[in-house]
This record gives sequence, C-alpha cells and structure tokens, in this order.
Amino acid sequence: MTTPSPKVPVLQVKDLQVQFATNDGPVYAVNGVSFDLARGQTLGIVGESGSGKSQTALAMMGLLARQGQASGQVLYQGQNLLTLAPDALNTLRGAHIAMVFQDPMTALNPYLTVERQMTEVLQWHKGLDRRAARQRALAMLDAVKIPDAAGRISRYPHEFSGGMRQRVMLAMSLLCEPEILLADEPTTALDVTVQAQILALLRELQRDLGTAIVLITHDLGVVAGVCDQVLVMYGGRVMEQGSVEHIFARAAHPYTRGLLQAIPRMDGEASSLRAIPGTPPLMAQLPSGCPFAPRCALADAQCSQEVPVLQAIAASQAADEPFVAHRACHRTEAQVLHHEVLEAGHG
Amino acid sequence: MADTTPLLSVRDLQVHFPVRAASAWPWEGARPLKAVDAVSFDLYAGQTLGVVGESGCGKSTLARALLHLHPATGGSIVWRGQEMRRATPAQWLAVRKDIQMVFQDPLASLNPRMTVAQIIGEPLRIHHPELDAPAVMARVRSMMDRVGLTAQQINRYPHEFSGGQCQRIGIARALILSPKLVVCDEPVSALDVSIQAQIVNLLQDLQRELGLALIFIAHDLAVVRHISQRVMVMYLGRSVEIAERKALYQHPRHPYTQALLSAIPLLDPVAERNKVAQLLPGDLPSPLNPPSGCVFRTRCPQAQDACSVTVPTLQTDAQGHAVACLRA
Amino acid sequence: MPTLIPKSVTEAAEPAQRSPWLDARIRFMRNRAAVVSLLILSCIVLACVLGPLLLPYSYEDTDWNQMGIAPTLTGWHLFGTDELGRDLLVRTLVGGRISLTVGLLATLVSVSLGVAWGAVAGFVGGRVDALMMRIVDILYAIPYLLIAIMMVTILGRDFYLVVLTISAFSWMDMARVVRGQTLSIRSKEYVEAARAIGVPTWRIIFSHVVPNLLGIVVIYTSITVPGVILTESVLSFLGLGVQEPMTSWGVLIHDGANVMASSPWMIWFPGAALTITLYCANFIGDGMRDALDPKER
Repeated sequence: MTTPSPKVPVLQVKDLQVQFATNDGPVYAVNGVSFDLARGQTLGIVGESGSGKSQTALAMMGLLARQGQASGQVLYQGQNLLTLAPDALNTLRGAHIAMVFQDPMTALNPYLTVERQMTEVLQWHKGLDRRAARQRALAMLDAVKIPDAAGRISRYPHEFSGGMRQRVMLAMSLLCEPEILLADEPTTALDVTVQAQILALLRELQRDLGTAIVLITHDLGVVAGVCDQVLVMYGGRVMEQGSVEHIFARAAHPYTRGLLQAIPRMDGEASSLRAIPGTPPLMAQLPSGCPFAPRCALADAQCSQEVPVLQAIAASQAADEPFVAHRACHRTEAQVLHHEVLEAGHG
Repeated sequence: MADTTPLLSVRDLQVHFPVRAASAWPWEGARPLKAVDAVSFDLYAGQTLGVVGESGCGKSTLARALLHLHPATGGSIVWRGQEMRRATPAQWLAVRKDIQMVFQDPLASLNPRMTVAQIIGEPLRIHHPELDAPAVMARVRSMMDRVGLTAQQINRYPHEFSGGQCQRIGIARALILSPKLVVCDEPVSALDVSIQAQIVNLLQDLQRELGLALIFIAHDLAVVRHISQRVMVMYLGRSVEIAERKALYQHPRHPYTQALLSAIPLLDPVAERNKVAQLLPGDLPSPLNPPSGCVFRTRCPQAQDACSVTVPTLQTDAQGHAVACLRA
Repeated sequence: MPTLIPKSVTEAAEPAQRSPWLDARIRFMRNRAAVVSLLILSCIVLACVLGPLLLPYSYEDTDWNQMGIAPTLTGWHLFGTDELGRDLLVRTLVGGRISLTVGLLATLVSVSLGVAWGAVAGFVGGRVDALMMRIVDILYAIPYLLIAIMMVTILGRDFYLVVLTISAFSWMDMARVVRGQTLSIRSKEYVEAARAIGVPTWRIIFSHVVPNLLGIVVIYTSITVPGVILTESVLSFLGLGVQEPMTSWGVLIHDGANVMASSPWMIWFPGAALTITLYCANFIGDGMRDALDPKER
C-alpha cells in the first residue's frame, strides 16, 4: 500500500495549539498536534464533537475566528503558515493549499454561477483570461465526473444535488492543482451511495495529481477506506496516532479501542455494542489531566491529574513500518489489552 | 410465543402532497409530490422493523403518516385490527396512547421553555387527567431513572443537557404512556458515535423489558442491522425489499439493496480497499416526476425494457423475503 | 492550564434552575448601556409622576413677576418660564406624564392587536392568513398623517382619540413579526411532538406557541414604545395632539421652536427630555433583543 521508504514531507505540523479568548476565560481547543504529511498521502483526523479536529484544519489555513490564536509551526516549503503575512498566505491559499468544507451549499456562493466561481479562482491565482479559465474549469468538471459539464457550468449551485455540489467543490479546490487538500467532513452530509462515489473520486484524483490530503471526519469507515495514517483526537488532544493498519488492528489506547467497539459493524456478529459511558467534554470545560479520564475504565488518580504525554509505541518503530505510532496514555499497552480480554470475557 | 396477528399492518400506503409550481397559472391544478407511493409491511408485537433508505426515499414522511401527523392519501393502516387511515380525530386520540414517536433532532423536539418534568409529564396530563400532580411526578421520576437520567435534573431546561441526554428525555416522554409501538425517526443520527451506542443499547434494553414493537428509521445500515429483526428498504417512496435481517444483509435480492450494502465502508482497511463497490450512476429522480414503471430503472445496472412499462410489486417468497423487482 | 472540574461537580445538580428567562436577565444585566438606560428611564418616570406634586407650581399657574425668564434659582424656576409665566419644569414633567402615558397606552393597544392578529394569521394559515396579511399591507400604504389630520378634524382633540389614532398605525409591525414567528414555531419539532402526543390545538397554542412568542413580543414592544412617543410628539408638534393648557413634550417643543432665537431654553429642556427617553428606550430594546436572542446560547 504505502512504500516504506522515507518521503520528504510536503507539510509538517509541529505542536499546533489553538486557543480562544472568551468571556469566561481562555478555551484550549487544540493542544499539541504534530504530524508529517508526504506527497500523495492521506492523513485522517478522527474525533467527536469538542475534539478540536475542525479547529486544527482551520488553524492550518489561517481561517480561525477573530478570538482564536494559533501557535506552533505549520511548515510548508519551509515557511511557517501561522506567522505568514496575510498577503503571502492569500497567495498560498487556493493555489497550493485548498480546503473543502462539509456543507457544499453554504460553501458555494448561491448568487454566482459555478462558472464564475471557478474562473475567479483561476484568474486570481493563475492569471488566466476568461476563455482559458473556462476551458480549465470544464476539464476539471469532467475529471470529477459531472455529466454534461458544458451545459451545467453556467448553472447556480442550488440547481445541483448535494453530491454534485460536493464534486463542484472538489473541482474548485483542485483547479490550481494544490499540493495539499484539507477536507473537513466532506461526505458527512451525503448519502452513503454518494459518499462511496466521492471517496472513490478522491482516491482517483489523489493518484493522478499526487495531492496530499488531510481528511477530517468522525466516521471510522471513511478512514479505513482512504487514509494512510490516522490521528485520533479527544478533548483537544491527540490520543493515538499511527498507520491505518495500526489503528484498526493494533490500537493501544482505551479511547480508540472503545470507539471501535461502539461502532456497529457490517461484518461479524450483530452482538451488543460496547458503549463508552458518559459524554464528550465541552471545549470550554475540559477536565484536568487526561481528557478521557472521566469516561475511561482504566483511569486512576494519576490520570485525572497528569496529562499523558504522546509517546512512540516501541513495536511500531520497526524499519518496515510506514509510520511510527504514538499514543498518550498512562497505562501500558499490555494493561489496555488485558483489560479488554477481561471485558470480553464478561461481556 | 410470537403473536400471529400483526400489531400493525400497512398496505400500499400513499402520502401525496399537492404541490403547485411557482410558475404555474392560478387555475392550473397542483401536481402530486409522491413522498410515499407504495409501502407495505407487517409488524408484530415486540419486534423491531428497521426502515432504511437514502434522502428523498420518504421514510420520515412514512413515520409521520403512521402517527397521523400527515394524513395518508391512499392505502390502508390497520392497527390491531382497526382501519386507521380514515379514522376520526377522537379515534386517533385513543390510539395515540399506544403509538409514540422519538424524533431525529434531540434538542429541537423539546420545548425550550418547559422543564424536563413538564415535558415528560405532558402525555400523562393529556391522557390521564385523573392523576394528581404528585402521582405524575412519581411516574416521571421513575421513567427518568429508567432511561438513565438522574432525578436531580428534573427541573432543568433542555438547553442545559447534552444531545444524548436530550434524546433520553425524548425517549422517556415517548414511553411514559407505556405504548405498544414506538416509531423512532433517525434517533441517533444527530449524536456522537460514542453516544449512539448508548442510545441504541438503551432502546434495545427497553424493548426487551417492556415488550415494545419498534420501527427504527435510519440511513445508517450498520445501526439498523444491529437493532432490527426485519428490515425494509425504501427508494423514492416505495418499499423495494423486506426481509429478515440476516437474509437481507447476506442475500440481498433487489439491485438497489445490493448497491446500498456495497457502498457501506467496512471497518477493515484491507477489506475496504479491496472491495469492489457498486457505484450507482446518476441522481435520485424527482418525486414530482417519478420514472414510469420501476422507479429505480434509471440507475439500475440490470434494467431492461420491461422495467419501464410494468410497476413491480412486492412478491414474497416462502421464507418471508419480499422483493419488488422484475429481475429478482 | 484548563481548570480542574472534579467529577462530583459535573454530575451533581446545581441548586438553582436556570430557566431561559433567568439566562436572559443575566445577559441583560451584563449590557451596561441597557442597565444605565433602565435606571435613567426609571428616574425620568419617577420625576414625571412625583415631581409635579413636590413643586410649588402647577402647569397652568402664571407667575406674573417672572415671565419669560431664563432658568434661575429664585422662585424655583429651574427650567425658566414661558412667555405666559408658566414654569417650564412643571410643564415638562406634566408633559412627560402625557407623552409617556400615551406611549404606554398606545403600545398596549397596538401590541395586543398586533399579537392577536399575527398569531391567528400564522396559526390558521391558508386563505385566512393571506386575507389578514393583505389588510395589513393595505394599511401600510395609507399615509397616517393624512388620516390623523382627518380624524382629529372631524372628531376633535380628545386624549383617548390621540391614543387610538397612534395605535391604529403602530400595530402592523408587531402583527407581521408575530405571524412570522408563529409560522416558524408551528413547524418546529416540539410542536410536532405535542401533536404526536395528542395535545389539543388550543393547548398547543397556549403551552407551546405563546411562551416561545413572548421573547420576540417583548423585544418588539420595547421598539414600539419610542416610535409611539415620537408619533405623539409629531402630532402635537403639528397641533393635532392634546388640548391647551394640557401639554406634552411635542407641544412644548413646538412652542419652544417658535421662540428659539430669544429663549433657547424653551426648546432645550423638553427636547432633551424627549431625546434622552428615546435613547434609553432604544438601548433597552437593544439589550432585550441581545438577551433574548436564542443564538446567544
């Protein structure tokens, strides 16, 4: 699947932190996200509400709300995007780093035709004239498999169905052939058959253009299908990080394992779901210590007081492993797996 | 043992909405929007029927028609032997004690200006006016306990609760009259993954405890597989396949069901990437103008000429597996 | 570092229940402009009600010794007197009574009519709704000043007539807003849930629709009040308001405008009273709107 040889990362994120200033004090939305992304690879960021996954993507693009402050490093071509001047960031956005949002209806301007919105991007970033831009736009719409692109390009967004709109968004984002694509829950609002089409399209486009993709989602099924490495977030922190095989077959964090057991599966026996008790924390009311401690069956006093540090898992540092897996937990891997064996015995 | 007479028997249910195009002249009649066009199924006491389909298939409209929130325009709804489609409001009021609903958006289905106690107690005050306030409160407390809410929260307002807790309030409200059937319209779609499992488990426990029949409507086939004994697949307002859970998931016979099942992502990276998904071409047709004959023929990989002429009806085989397809 | 929240706190119930109204009051109190405006307005109302009782003059007493004088402490003419020797402070306060009373009454009438009209139209829907709203549209088109002049000319300048005239042209905004809100509430899931339970229609309107309407009614009432007071002032300014010697802020401003060059204080004081009241009402209205806005949650 992925070649084990080290690739030069096209995007490097080091210790990204996002903080919001609110009436009730500072809110720490993201605490210490780090990853490397190489050309043609897909990173999946998985989390529930309040995990900080969307804020991570917005921070990388410089799209945080006014009260948001991002610190750390987001390195692209040697430049830290977080400290870049607005003009320089604007030249990068759209052309080198593009973003696709969850709801295509609100992300597309309802008052402009699709043609206008697409050619605008090309005229601004590539300096093409109207005709050349239209040609490129049509080619892109064909690439995302919109039937009758020439007829449809002069229509308005509301005349397209949800799946079509998301394809248009993808086409728009890939017009300038960016090196990096950030997709924030791109298929969440779509039916499952349409989702399958969009994900297949995404894989194909990645193969053809070599784009590196950061895919944010809450759906582990989507992650299994398209991602190479996975970041699992909870309460603003990274709980576990590693290759997709590691996460699905050898997950070593109680939250990741809990999540995998709580999801109903299409394969295997339809036995009782093992639910995780409690509710995800509100970003504004994160507990001290490990954010997952209140819901974790293995938590002890140390877990509620000390934040666990992200550490590499020894077994994953072998030479043929594509990514070194990390996890943030005070318990050892053996303890986590042992607990599960006990649970399975009782369950 | 299972009862042999179905609790609820629906045949060829139709819910059409007259829709007038904005550009039509005032004297032009309205065209019908066929939200539900031919749905038929039987439901037995204590059973769960899962209803799946994608957006536009009419499952939400079906739910509302079963509770008479939208009047059904055709077909029959037989509840415990009584034909309900043309029943009077008074007859429906008597039946409402037995059929209740849990809604999709947990917070929006609760009146923001009423306390939890008032919300859960409202059905009691309507249907059992003879109960005095302390008796109502006692029942409310015991119901809250059963659905996993702490009694201390009894005077709080909905906005103070999380999504999962709001859904528990909705379930408590639906169950306080001890109904025989609860229609759940996408009850877990708006919830976080780790909370979905809690609510699904809760529904299953309550069903076992109270002997409820459930109609579980969802677009997530994995969840439906988990909770249902029988599953019905809908497309553009029609039921296209109904079968026992195992039969449907392992041997789907309708081309739409097959495509739907193959589109669901597997939680196994190797299997998921090697699987060959059947991708359906095209878009969902408009319910204002459904295709002639079989409504699925515009996207069906197995469509033939006969499919545009004859409307397929549900044919049930010996094992109770019903399919509406000329090719199956 | 994130603050420590022990499990016992997150799981125990809070002693006080936080109703949406309590939430709104807390948010309102945080809005300094609104709170200060509330205090100032209360002072003005108190002054208008109690002031004339404490002052030595009545609003029609003529002080022959000090006619047309500037504000002075002698004889307690703090606002000065007009050319007929009547004390301006008392007249301003008494005028305030009239302006505020007309404002309150006209608001009450127009709010009641507007809410009833809008709620019925919104809830019943269909042709009834269309008819009722077309009537509102037609009324919007009529120039109110023309009608006001006609009514006053034909029927005379009675206090209650003034109230009626003003109400007749202030209720339409409320009707429109209430109708819109009723339409949106009618399609909310909790109303559907109430129907599914079997709650009768009248009970749905009272328990589910009306409590959720009150928020917007309160907001629009606080917007109607300044409008109504201003309308009264305009009518009085044109000579269509209350009869002499009774006065209102509008009448005082009209009289003051005539002698502005020689006795500027005649227009300053009533003008300031009116302006301050309107500003306060506007800030309070803004504060209420922000406090009751559900998106703030």
